[in-house]
Amino acid sequence: MDDKLIISGIEFKSRLWVGTGKYKDFEETKKAVEASGADVVTVAVRRVNITDRGKENLLDYIDPKKYKILPNTAGCYTAEDAIRTARLARTAGVSDMVKLEVIGDEKTLFPDNEALLEAAKVLVKEGFIVFPYTNDDPIMAKKLQDIGCAAVMPLAAPIGSGLGIRNPYNLKIILETVKIPVVVDAGVGTASDAAIAMELGCDAVLMNTGIAGAKDPLKMAEAMKHAIIAGRLAYKAGRMPMKLYASASSPLEGKIGG
Amino acid sequence: MQIIINGEKKTINGSTTLAGLLNELNIDTQRVAVELNMSIIDKSDYSNTILKDNDSLEIVSFIGGGAIG
Repeated sequence: MDDKLIISGIEFKSRLWVGTGKYKDFEETKKAVEASGADVVTVAVRRVNITDRGKENLLDYIDPKKYKILPNTAGCYTAEDAIRTARLARTAGVSDMVKLEVIGDEKTLFPDNEALLEAAKVLVKEGFIVFPYTNDDPIMAKKLQDIGCAAVMPLAAPIGSGLGIRNPYNLKIILETVKIPVVVDAGVGTASDAAIAMELGCDAVLMNTGIAGAKDPLKMAEAMKHAIIAGRLAYKAGRMPMKLYASASSPLEGKIGG
Repeated sequence: MQIIINGEKKTINGSTTLAGLLNELNIDTQRVAVELNMSIIDKSDYSNTILKDNDSLEIVSFIGGGAIG
């Protein structure tokens, strides 16, 4: 089945994108990423520990030749910091892709939309392929599309909350509002949440804690892989209409005692 | 000479080029990005970038992360 996801000319082999935070160690990160079948892997940009150089590097485990490394600007609370982090990420990395996050509040980790738009404008002009983390607001999604973002990444629920798809109707409106791909980012807690996002017609799902926070991250990574595939197939298949009353699936003709 | 690396004051006695400093710190330049006084330095310019007293360096790399606030 030809159902490729292509964004800004880049072909994505999987519709499941994964983060690399919150794992026990690099070995577990590597195994979970492998089990998920993802080819987009998000990473954060942080200061190098100059006093303890013995530490291993994440990229020794996640091979940038094998995976698409998507640096994020997690932890940035201003447009300036996010722009600066994105530029550093491009210098340290291998591509122009950036997952743009400008956080508005520590407690909810909801995005600061005003600052997000400001940062996105600057980065798009500088040739970045911008994937903005935004809330599930169709108006905001349209604005991000209009300034040249490659996709929009609305949250399904707060980052790391595992609350699932809290507002499927807004996601649906976003899908009808924008022409660029919609990648659900944040909030997915278990496989059925991922399937719901895909059944709605979303193009991909990015998750981290949903896998890393499971009792058995490797099993959950595999579950998510199947959920994404199943959800996408169900969306493509087109579900049956919902009806209030029963409708027999066995023919009535020829039944006994008639 | 004293410079600030990742927010910490350091006294540098040896090499004064950026390439030399990174080498002394045992940093693989492939996977890092360096900002000198808020401007990103191209990897090709590491060897001809001379550090001065009170310069401020940010040396960053990738770590595990999804969306940590």
